[in-house]
Amino acid sequence: MAEETAAPEDFRFDSESEVRIGKILAKYPEGRQASAALPLLDLAQRQIARTGGAGWLPRAAMDAVAERLGMPPMRVYEVASFYTMLNKKPVGKYHLQVCTTTPCWLRGSDEIAEAIRRKTGLKGWGETTPDGMFTLDHVECLGACVNAPVLAINDDYFEDLDAEATEKLLEALKRGEVPPHGSVKGRNAEPVAPTSQKAE
Amino acid sequence: MLSDRDRIFTNLHGHGDVGLAGARARGDWADTAAILARGHDALVEEVKASGLRGRGGAGFPTGLKWSFMPKQEGPKPHYLLVNADESEPGTCKDRDIIRHDPHKLIEGCLLASFAMRAHAAYVYMRGEFYNEAQVFQRAIDEAYAAGLIGENACGSGWKFDLYLHRGAGAYICGEETAQIESLEGKKGMPRLKPPFPAACGLWGCPTTVNNVESIAVTPTILRRGAAWFSALGRPKNSGTKVFCISGHVNNPCTVEEEMGIPLKDLIEKHAGGVRGGWDNLLAVIPGGASTPVLPRSICETALMDFDGMREVKSALGSGAVIVMDRSTDLIEAIARISRFFKHESCGQCTPCREGTGWMMRVMDRLVAGRAEPEEIDTLEQVTRQIEGRTICALGDAAAWPVQGLIRHFRPEIEARIAAYKARSGGATQMAAE
Repeated sequence: MAEETAAPEDFRFDSESEVRIGKILAKYPEGRQASAALPLLDLAQRQIARTGGAGWLPRAAMDAVAERLGMPPMRVYEVASFYTMLNKKPVGKYHLQVCTTTPCWLRGSDEIAEAIRRKTGLKGWGETTPDGMFTLDHVECLGACVNAPVLAINDDYFEDLDAEATEKLLEALKRGEVPPHGSVKGRNAEPVAPTSQKAE
Repeated sequence: MLSDRDRIFTNLHGHGDVGLAGARARGDWADTAAILARGHDALVEEVKASGLRGRGGAGFPTGLKWSFMPKQEGPKPHYLLVNADESEPGTCKDRDIIRHDPHKLIEGCLLASFAMRAHAAYVYMRGEFYNEAQVFQRAIDEAYAAGLIGENACGSGWKFDLYLHRGAGAYICGEETAQIESLEGKKGMPRLKPPFPAACGLWGCPTTVNNVESIAVTPTILRRGAAWFSALGRPKNSGTKVFCISGHVNNPCTVEEEMGIPLKDLIEKHAGGVRGGWDNLLAVIPGGASTPVLPRSICETALMDFDGMREVKSALGSGAVIVMDRSTDLIEAIARISRFFKHESCGQCTPCREGTGWMMRVMDRLVAGRAEPEEIDTLEQVTRQIEGRTICALGDAAAWPVQGLIRHFRPEIEARIAAYKARSGGATQMAAE
């Protein structure tokens, strides 16, 4: 993690984000704008990813949220540090989040993590490749257990994976392709017994 | 087995159009105004009479919960908060409702809010469900554009606004008061009760928090009647339930079934059976990670509803069935659950903050067998010191899986310890605990 990821001194919401902020603030009653803290932190992280590649929350961004919502900065730092999806340090262009909780582990999440290590050269959790392409993390249950094992890459779930499918996925990302998310086997986890849920 | 004509979620797997036209074709939003015209209290009474119990895990009667809200609109607005923070390991039913049958949930939000005299509802959705949130927001926009919600919802004269609020990764925000804190822009730390949310909830206003599935089934209950719903299942365990069957089965799936279905039927008929056949079954976690594990002998006859699971000292929870075959290292399976709860403890109460970490470290040593046999008793005693001694139920949820393991699989733990001793010549290196 080199100079290009040094914390920026300054953060300002851009015009694209400002449009979103208006819609977000309209959801909460007068005087309750602190409720927008999570959405605005998420928005700031997305703006940084959109404009600089590595989605995370430098202190300048948290301060901007605090100022915008009239909150003491400390309150915003507290919130930012509590939630796992808010990144306290830079992540790669593709944030690989392997679910390692029991339902995914039973279906082979260890092999998914191993395939990622093999393909990216990453060793420990939380590491980023030198080219800034990939960060490897393990996460707790992603809530897609009937399609385990699951790997979340940024906003998208890739489901029903095995080692081979994981390697292919990473190769595609390296080539600059964005494979369709969802089950790599095209399963939608319906029951085997004949029910009306099977056919429309 | 549930017959097709009693099925509530007819697009659970997304074969049909997710949008408003598809929803209408499936019967959603049909004459909603007529249901609203029955009046607030009539709707609460109907849901009470249906016997619906909360589908998020605790199983509290939904209609009774609604009746705790003030009977008149006072100076403070009323709120419905829909818990879509689905994070209990094994559970992914709400995800399928949200992304494939979103209008069932939206219509339910209107009806439940009207019943409780709320003009606004928030759906708190876990942040990782990004694509699901996009689908749901589109459905909200459709409902506004069609006049189904908004200034004059369904032409009923009732103003109703529905907002989607995304979380950012914290299991604890599925606890109702932590969710309220989080929605107020704070860390998701549970509040002491009382006061209960119905008296003092979101921004200090009367609030009811309900699970996605509980709200999404209410339009069908109100349309078909309490008698229809309560005739399904068993007394005090009525209706249908969406189950998720994961782990070592041939066909992991989400399925809506009648309450009280035998656990074995769920696994054999819907999930294609245990990998390697029923005799290859080792154990099942029947209702999400926090519910105590059951050995195969109990799985033969156990019934999947609140009372059926209580009889076997486990719980229906969220209906998330995690199946483990004989290849499973069950001690590690439970150790991973202990790790989960250690990660998700909010840190507010000492027994939970310290206890979840302590249990995780002991469980990790038990995976290797690096322990003394008497530590099993110590571990069991510590779980009893965590259970019931915290503000919220996360401490209980962390204690139960360990208790279930010791209750049913103590010989396996002892064998692991003995094997380690045999390998290491009797020495047990203990970490300072």
